[in-house]
Amino acid sequence: MAGFILKRLLQAIFVVLAVTLIVSFAIRLSGDPAVMLMGGGGNVTEQDLQNIRQALGLERPFYVQYLSFLQGILVGDFGRSFMGGTPVSTLIAHALPSTLLLAFTSLLVSIALSVPLGVYAAVNRGRWPDQLIRILSLVGLSFPNFWLAIMMVLLFSIVLGILPPSGMEGPESFVMPALTMAIILTATNVRLVRTSMLETLSQQYIMVARSKGLADRVVLYKHALRNSAIPLVTYIGLQFGSLIGGIVIVERVFNWPGMGTLAFDAISGRDYPVLQGTITVLALFIVLINLLVDIAYGLIDPRIRTE
Amino acid sequence: MSDTAAKPASVHAPLLSVRSLSVEFGSRDSAFRAVKEVSFDVMPGRTLAVVGESGSGKSVTSLAIMRLTDYTGGRIAGGEVLFRRSEQETLDLVKASDSTLREIRGNDIAMIFQEPMTSLNPVFTIGNQISETLTLHEGLNARDARLRAKELLQKVRLPDADKLLDRYPHQLSGGMRQRVMIAMALACNPKLLIADEPTTALDVTIQAQILNIIRDLQQEMGTAVIFITHDMGVVAEMADDVVVMWKGDKVEQGPVREIFAAPQHPYTRALLSAVPRLGSLKGQPLPKRTPVIVMDGGVPKQVGETHVQNTADYAKPILQVDKLTTRFDVGKTFFGRVTHRVHAVEEVSFDIYPGETLALVGESGSGKSTIGRTLQQLIEPTGGTVRFDGRDMAAMSQGERRRLRQEIQYIFQDPFASLDPRHTVGYSIAEPIIVHGLIKDRKAIDRRVQELLEQVGLQPQHAKRYPHEFSGGQRQRVCIARALASDPKLIIADESVSALDVSIQAQIVNLLMELQERRRLSYLFITHDMAVVEKISHRVAVMYLGQIVEIGTRQAVFENPQHSYTRKLLSAVPIADPQRERAETRIEGEIPSPVRPVGQEPAIHRMREVEPGHWVAIEADQLRGAA
Repeated sequence: MAGFILKRLLQAIFVVLAVTLIVSFAIRLSGDPAVMLMGGGGNVTEQDLQNIRQALGLERPFYVQYLSFLQGILVGDFGRSFMGGTPVSTLIAHALPSTLLLAFTSLLVSIALSVPLGVYAAVNRGRWPDQLIRILSLVGLSFPNFWLAIMMVLLFSIVLGILPPSGMEGPESFVMPALTMAIILTATNVRLVRTSMLETLSQQYIMVARSKGLADRVVLYKHALRNSAIPLVTYIGLQFGSLIGGIVIVERVFNWPGMGTLAFDAISGRDYPVLQGTITVLALFIVLINLLVDIAYGLIDPRIRTE
Repeated sequence: MSDTAAKPASVHAPLLSVRSLSVEFGSRDSAFRAVKEVSFDVMPGRTLAVVGESGSGKSVTSLAIMRLTDYTGGRIAGGEVLFRRSEQETLDLVKASDSTLREIRGNDIAMIFQEPMTSLNPVFTIGNQISETLTLHEGLNARDARLRAKELLQKVRLPDADKLLDRYPHQLSGGMRQRVMIAMALACNPKLLIADEPTTALDVTIQAQILNIIRDLQQEMGTAVIFITHDMGVVAEMADDVVVMWKGDKVEQGPVREIFAAPQHPYTRALLSAVPRLGSLKGQPLPKRTPVIVMDGGVPKQVGETHVQNTADYAKPILQVDKLTTRFDVGKTFFGRVTHRVHAVEEVSFDIYPGETLALVGESGSGKSTIGRTLQQLIEPTGGTVRFDGRDMAAMSQGERRRLRQEIQYIFQDPFASLDPRHTVGYSIAEPIIVHGLIKDRKAIDRRVQELLEQVGLQPQHAKRYPHEFSGGQRQRVCIARALASDPKLIIADESVSALDVSIQAQIVNLLMELQERRRLSYLFITHDMAVVEKISHRVAVMYLGQIVEIGTRQAVFENPQHSYTRKLLSAVPIADPQRERAETRIEGEIPSPVRPVGQEPAIHRMREVEPGHWVAIEADQLRGAA
């Protein structure tokens, strides 16, 4: 197991290196931060821009900039924002908790919804509860997340006026962003749980469990669910990446002060250090989650543990 | 114990009484009736065998008793299942509530299933799975349940019960898992045990052990047993009474000796006639085709003729295998260094002559299938030489190797999995003809395919059909036609008849023998089934842990077995004769693993010739007990 984790950590370092390299390179193709900083004002001379580039260290060759960025990461220094000079680490320290909180709440809500619904659909395969759940999940899949977010604001904040439309000011401001994300995740997860459960329920050991006289609840949630969990856990690991992507948009709509908003603003302002910092931290988290998924396999299934 | 009179007399009322039970599948208007008004009684402490071939409804009947058909989409369409729970209480399980059924399942009636590899839940420990039943029905706490689970494991003669409790199913062999299943089923001292083909998936020596355990525990605990099986040998060894099922109907019922001695229904007679019987060719040097009785629309019909298979020509071998060795690397360190190897085949040598059938027999892990795959060039050998028609396979050019693939054909075990479901069988049969460029003209190929279909006993127009439109036996005929398409000299038949019902099996064996005579084919017949081996083969090689331990003519090996493993294998085969004294010989021990750490090479047996052409591995005295 230790060897396995070590191997994965080595892989993780390469993944993070690759991600940072691509991001640093790509953002430098997208526009000049000096121009953005000057706000496109009328009487800016080329000399002024040159001075700004000099001050930000942008005149150096790309590989020097990239290496100094990497050097910074090693000591936890992501540099300073081009806008206002706040250390990037401070910005991330502010934004990361609210994003993680939102991500994990969405994930938990989705699991809490999709597992019982998926199990129920599998048990009632072909009957109306199954059909209904499948149709609903298809409807959920068809919603673009930003549209869903706007519709929620329209319904709950503007028509009903029961939830705050934006910001992060208390438990009730969690409801809409988390639900938006959760609905989209649940739509796929329900199908996954259902398919995986159907596969497991056809196994001989399920019939054996029933022949022992165990109650349906025990057969389904003890004997079957754990055997169906591997595909679900795998998918959640993969989903985490798209979850982060989705969060950028959802945070935008609900004006949620998280990594998504931070990254979005950094892109619009060509704020290289902030963008590099946020993407690196998010990439680290995605890699970490997938490492946890691999470890979870072993916990779920002893056959993988002993390999 | 072979005497039925010695069992508890049937003065009691029946423990279980199945009355006109019908089970249906599918929607009500287009229901398929899998079991049709079947009735039988099970007396306390006795064993009832329910016998039948695939599609007979025997397994559905067994599931319906505990109403487990509820979970497979089945519906009890009529009848009663009266279970005498105590002297005072008799319940109709068809009408029982779910909660009553749950109290009975695993407690009063327990069940063992066919596939030990999939019967245990892979993610829970053995101890957990046995204790579960005990805490549920007997209300034991975790500690007491664990203690009882340990006792149960000892009862089914599993060593190291203490450690086993914390093991997971994948760490156990098939035989051990089936013992765990038995321990689990017997945990709450059930009055009735339903065993659905409990030994079909096991090796014969392991089957013998499991049957012994079931029989001993049944006597000790006074459990009644319903034994579902297709194997008449197992019936003869286990049953007091027999119910014969055919296409959902009960066609015959009676005490085991009467069923075997004087079968009444034509189907029972057909079934018994098809059962291969070990020792049936005693004193006869050559294999023999014998007629088979098959049911033709409810009427028994005799097909085939008696014919001595004098086809082998011992002038010059077609295939010479010399010191063939095949190993696979498994288990690697962090840095990719090999730590363990599977020693699948170790210095195996044998010849096959034109028109001859050599049977390669052995249990799982003996390496018999690896040899077949190596000959078919699906696996590269690690060492040794293979000569076909005098040419060394290793020295062959690409073109010659392709030609060899045409001359050596393979028939697999599972006729369903070895035909492409998306192509017509005509396409599948024509493929080797096209690949090897044997016939160029499209029309001529079609004619050839039709000819081949006729040769294997199918109709020419079957060429346009798809595999799912055929039964298992017909599919295996298609596979044989495909193997014949490239006009091979040698056919490797790897467990090719093992998955078939006996009546179909007998016909396919006859077909193979007929084709051998007509085309002077040589067969390498790979199997674990000694009774089929006796019927079909000229010579026999017995394999154990990657090496041949005995090789000789069929008559020599069967009538004068020298190696202890050959004897063990022969004595483990259930004999379809209830008159015979039931096997008291205790066979113990697992089949050892062919996986060895690198550097620990297995010792190669030296062979001695006991009579002309009959070679036996010399056993070290200390190995005698282990083998």
